[in-house]
Amino acid sequence: MRAPLSWLKEFAAIPDLLSPDAIADAFISVGFEVEEIIHQGIDLTGPLVIGEVVSIEEITGQRKPIRFVGLDCGEASTRFVICAATNFTTGDLVVVALPGAVLPGGFAISAREAYGKVSDGMICSSRELALSEEHTGIMVLPHTQGAIGDNAIELLSINDVIFDIAVNPDRGYALSIRGLARELAGALDVAYTDPVDALRTLQFADTGKGIKPVLKTGGSVFYLRTLGNYNPKSVTPLWMLRRIEKMGMRSISLAVDITNYVMFELGQPLHAFDAKKISGDLTIARVSKAQKFTTLDGQEREINGDDLMVMDDKHPLALAGTMGGLDSEITDATRDIALEAVRFDPTAIAKNSRHHKISSEASRRFERSVDPCLAELASARCAQLLIELGGATHVQSLSAGRAVFAPAVAVDPAYISRTLGVDVAPAVIKKVLTTIGCDINAAFAVKPPSWRWDLTQPADFVEEVARMIGYDTIPSILPPRPKHASLTPTQKRRRAIAASLAAQGLSEVQTFPFTSDAIIESMGYLGERASTYRLANPMSEDFPVLRTHLLPGLAQVAQRNIGRGAKDIAIFEIGSIFRNSQKLEPAISPALDVKPSAKEISKIFKSVPVQHLHLGAILAGKIENDSWRGKSRAFDLHDAIAHVERILELSNLTWSVERSDFAPWHPGRCVEFIIDARPVAHAGELHPRVVAQFSLPLRAVAFVINLDALPQTPMVSARSVASMPPAIQDVALIVDNTVLARDVEAALREGAGDLLESIVLFDRYEKIGDGKVSLAFTLTFRSDGRTLTGEEVSAMREAATARALAVCGAVVRTA
Amino acid sequence: MREDEVATWVSNAHKAFNTARDLDQLKTARLAHAGDKSPIALASRGLGALSPDEKARFGKIIGDAKTAIASFLASATSALEAVRDSKILLEEIVDVTLPSNRSHRGGLHPISIMRNEISDFFIEQGYSVEEGPEMESGWLNFDALNVPADHPARTMQDTFFLEPLESGIVLRTQTSPVQIRTMLTSQPPIYIISPGRTFRADELDATHSPVFHQVEGLVVDRAITMAHLKGTLDTFAQAMFGPGVTTRLRPSFFPFTEPSAEVDVFFNNRWIEWGGCGMVNPKVLQTCGIDTEIYSGFAFGMGIERTLMVRHGVKDMHDIVEGDLRFTRQFGVGL
Repeated sequence: MRAPLSWLKEFAAIPDLLSPDAIADAFISVGFEVEEIIHQGIDLTGPLVIGEVVSIEEITGQRKPIRFVGLDCGEASTRFVICAATNFTTGDLVVVALPGAVLPGGFAISAREAYGKVSDGMICSSRELALSEEHTGIMVLPHTQGAIGDNAIELLSINDVIFDIAVNPDRGYALSIRGLARELAGALDVAYTDPVDALRTLQFADTGKGIKPVLKTGGSVFYLRTLGNYNPKSVTPLWMLRRIEKMGMRSISLAVDITNYVMFELGQPLHAFDAKKISGDLTIARVSKAQKFTTLDGQEREINGDDLMVMDDKHPLALAGTMGGLDSEITDATRDIALEAVRFDPTAIAKNSRHHKISSEASRRFERSVDPCLAELASARCAQLLIELGGATHVQSLSAGRAVFAPAVAVDPAYISRTLGVDVAPAVIKKVLTTIGCDINAAFAVKPPSWRWDLTQPADFVEEVARMIGYDTIPSILPPRPKHASLTPTQKRRRAIAASLAAQGLSEVQTFPFTSDAIIESMGYLGERASTYRLANPMSEDFPVLRTHLLPGLAQVAQRNIGRGAKDIAIFEIGSIFRNSQKLEPAISPALDVKPSAKEISKIFKSVPVQHLHLGAILAGKIENDSWRGKSRAFDLHDAIAHVERILELSNLTWSVERSDFAPWHPGRCVEFIIDARPVAHAGELHPRVVAQFSLPLRAVAFVINLDALPQTPMVSARSVASMPPAIQDVALIVDNTVLARDVEAALREGAGDLLESIVLFDRYEKIGDGKVSLAFTLTFRSDGRTLTGEEVSAMREAATARALAVCGAVVRTA
Repeated sequence: MREDEVATWVSNAHKAFNTARDLDQLKTARLAHAGDKSPIALASRGLGALSPDEKARFGKIIGDAKTAIASFLASATSALEAVRDSKILLEEIVDVTLPSNRSHRGGLHPISIMRNEISDFFIEQGYSVEEGPEMESGWLNFDALNVPADHPARTMQDTFFLEPLESGIVLRTQTSPVQIRTMLTSQPPIYIISPGRTFRADELDATHSPVFHQVEGLVVDRAITMAHLKGTLDTFAQAMFGPGVTTRLRPSFFPFTEPSAEVDVFFNNRWIEWGGCGMVNPKVLQTCGIDTEIYSGFAFGMGIERTLMVRHGVKDMHDIVEGDLRFTRQFGVGL
C-alpha cells in the first residue's frame, strides 16, 4: 500500500520539519514495514513548464515519425523542439522541459541539433518525469487543467514523498490513507482528522426511483446509490489523477477513477455499474447453477454455487468484491450509474479470490475486513464526487441489511502489564486505546472501533498497547531457568555418526525430497519403496512425488559434482523418506479453543504416515588422492560395507549379514545388515545400470542405513579387562569358494569355545585350483584368571577347525 | 684382588669409552668394561668370599670404581649422542613438506553445523530439542495454530499439499506443528526448540528455496512475559552473531502469536530481519489444553539458511541446496 505524504498530511498534523526517514521510523514503530521511500521529483529540476502546441512540421524520410513542434510556453517567441511522439495536435497543452532542466536519471536538457534543426527543449511523457509507467505518448493536458507558462512541477504536484508500506493481513483498515494517517498520527502523537466525520452529514435528495439492492448472503450491509445525467466526457481533474498515479494505478475514466480514489482514501472498494445494463434489482447471492462469466479483464470463467456474485434479475454482473463483469462495465457512453458499496464477509471474498486466482485491490481489502460504516459513507463520498466532477444527479440511494460491529471486550489493565513484563498505567492504556479509536468505559469494557475486526480478545489489546508505547520500552530479561536438558540418545548418536563420516572424508549434502515415478522405476525399487505419496501441487511436474530412498538424490548430487569437474565423490545425507505405508484418510478437524479428546488427538497423530530417517551415502572414484607416494585404489564394495560396520560399532550394536539382491545395488554385491531379525542397512556396489544412468565412475558403491531401525542400546555395564597374556594361533583352511567366510568364521568361533577372545580373517588365497580358496584366521585365546598352557590352546584350536570341517567342509591347510 | 688392579679396570674402561667412535662401539666397550662379565662385575660378585675386614675395604673400593666407570660411560654416551644428533640424523633429512594426507576432505553441511550450534546453545539454556514429521497434518500445521481455513497461507501458492486433498496432509510450512504436538502431549513448564526442514512452494532463486530449515522456540510456564522473550532473543542473537549484538522488535502479525513481532539483529552495521516472534496466542494454548489463567508463553522462529547467509556472507541459495562439495568443504565440521 502506497501513501503519499501530501495525502497523509490532509488527515494527520505531521510537522513540516519531520524528515521522511523519521516518518518511516514512526510507521515501523507501530508495526508498518516501510518497504520503500520514493522521493518523487528529487532528481528532477526545472524549468518544466506548460506549453501549447502552435505548429507541427513532420520531418519525413526517417525510420520513425519525427515532428518539429512549435510551442508557446509563455515566452517572447515560439520555441521549437523535436518530438518523436504523435499523440498530440495543435492547440494541445503539453509539458515542456526547457534547456537547463534535468530529468530523472540525470538526463540534462539542452538545445541540440537533430535532423538538421535545433531542438530547444523536450516535450515529456509521464514516464520521462518518473510520474508513472505511461510512455505510449507525451502527456497532453486538457485546457481546463492548466495554462500556458504554468510551472509544471507545481501543477502536477510532482514533489512528494511516497511511502510504500507492507500492511499485515490483520490490519485491513490500513489499506487506506485514512487508516495509515491515523496510525501515523498515533505514533507521532499529533492531531488526526477522520475524513469520514465530514461525510456523516452528507444528504442527497431523491429525484427518482433507484435500483433496489438485495442482500441474500455473504455480507452485512449493502448500499446502492443510483445516479443519472453523468457526463461521460468529463475528465479526471489533475489533482485526482496525480494521486491515483502516486498510488501506482492508471487513470481509466472519471467514474472509475473516483471509485478507486475513494477506495484509497477510505478503504472501501466500490463498484460502478452502468445502470442501464441492470435489469430489475441488484442482488448479492450465489448462483444456482454453474455457468460461464466474463470478468472485465476479458477472461471467461466457470462460476458455480460456491461463488458469491452480484446479479440482476437475469444475469450475474460481477464476481462480488473481486472483479466486475465485462458486460456491465462503465463505458464512454454511460450516463446512469449504479454505485455498489457492500460490507462483504471476508471469507466469502477470500473464497472468490482463491477460486478464480484473482487478487484485486478490492478483494485484498474485503478479505481483510472493511469498516462496516463505510458502505454508507464511502458511497456517499463517491456520489458527492460524481456529482461535483461528473455533473451527475442523485436519483435514489437504497440500502439492504445493516452494519454489524465487533463486540466489546473486557480488558484487565493488569493483564496487559503482566503479559508485557512492564508496568503500564491504566491511564496510559486508556489513552492508547482511545487513540486507535476504541471506546472505553470505567470498568474497562473496551469497544473496538468499527474498522477493527481483529480486536476480539484481551491479548489483541496487549499488542495495541505494546506497539503504541513502543516495543523498545519492554525490558530484556531471561526466563526462569528450566530444569536440565540434553540431547536424546538418538540425537547424540546421529550427531556422532555424521561427525565420524565427515572425519573419514565424506561430505554431507542435503537434497530436495522430490522425485518422479520414472526415477523410482529406473532404480528398480519394488514393494514399499516403489509406492509413495504424490503432491497435489508440485513445484515441477518432473518431480511430483516424494522420495522413498536417499540414493537417487545422492546420485544426482554426485552427477552434478562430476559434471563440474570433481573426480572422486564421497557424500552422505541424513533425511526423511516417505513410503506409502498407509492410505491418507479424510482429515478430521476438531473444534478450536478447547483441547481435542484423546481419541481425536490420537487420530490426528495417526493420520500422519511414519517417515523414517535414513542415512545414505555414495562413494565413487578413488578412495584417496593419487599422490607422490603412489596411485590410489578405487572405492570398492568393502569400503561401503566397512562404513556401515563402523557406524553400527559406533552405536554399540551387534548384527549379522546376508547377501541381498536389493535395488539399486548390484544383485551379487550387496550385503544386508540384520539386527533383531530386521534389516537395518544395505551396502555394496551400485547396479551397473544405475551407475550408467547417473554417469558415475564405474563400480560406484553406496550404503543406506535406516537410522530409525537401529535399536537403542542399554547403558553399558563395564567388564574388567584381563591382564593375563593372550595365546595366538593361526589356522589356514581350504574351502569351496562358494562357502561364505562369515560361515567359516562362525564355525571356528563356535568350536573354539568361550576362551576365544577374537578371530580375524587375515588372508584369502584364491590360487588353489579346483574351485577352492584358502582362508587364514588368527585366533586369540585368553583366560581371565590364568596363563593358558600349550596343550589347552592346541586343543581349542583343533576343536575350532573340527567344527569348521563339520559345518563348512573346511580342511586345514598344511604347508 | 689388589687395589691397583681395580684402578687399572677403571682406567681401561675410561680409555675404551673415550676411544669408542660411535654408539655401537661404545655399547661393545660398555659390555666389556661394565657388563655382567666385566672384571669389575666379577670382582663385585666375589666380595662375599672375603673376610669381613677385606669385604668392607674392597666393597668401598669397588663401589667407588663402579661409580667412576658409570660416570665415564655417561659422559661418553652423551658425547657420542651429540655427535649422532649433529651429524648422522642430519644426513637423514627428508622433505617433510611433501603432502602427507591423501584422504578426501569431508565435512558437515553448514546447515547441520548451524543447527547443532543452535541446539547446543538452547540445550545449555535448559531447552530440549524436539522433532516432528515433515509430512504433517494440516490441523497441526494450521488450524491448531489459529491459521483459519481461508487464510492466504493455506492456498496452493504457498503450501505443498499431498493427494488426496481431503486428507489435509501437507509438507509442513513451519516447524510449529512440533510445538502443538509437544503441548498436546505434555504439561508446562515447556522449554523446547524445534529445528527442522520446512517447505513452501517458492521457486528456487538466490534467496528462496522451496525446501529450507527453521528453528522455532517455545516456552510455556507460569508468569512468562514478553520481557522474557526479549531476553531470550538477545542472548540467542549474541550467541549467533557475537557479543554485544543488539536486537529490535517491530510489531507484526502472526496468527499464532499475540502480540507479534519481527525481530531484527544489528549486524555488520545494519538491521537485518532475522525472524518472527511473539507471545503465544491464548487461543493456541487453549486448543492445546493449557490453562491460560495459570500459564503464558512465548514463541519465536528463524530461518537457518537466512542466519547462515547473513552470518557467513553466503550470497546465493543455490550454493546451499546444490550439494557442490566445494561449498560444503569450506566449513569443515564447525563454522
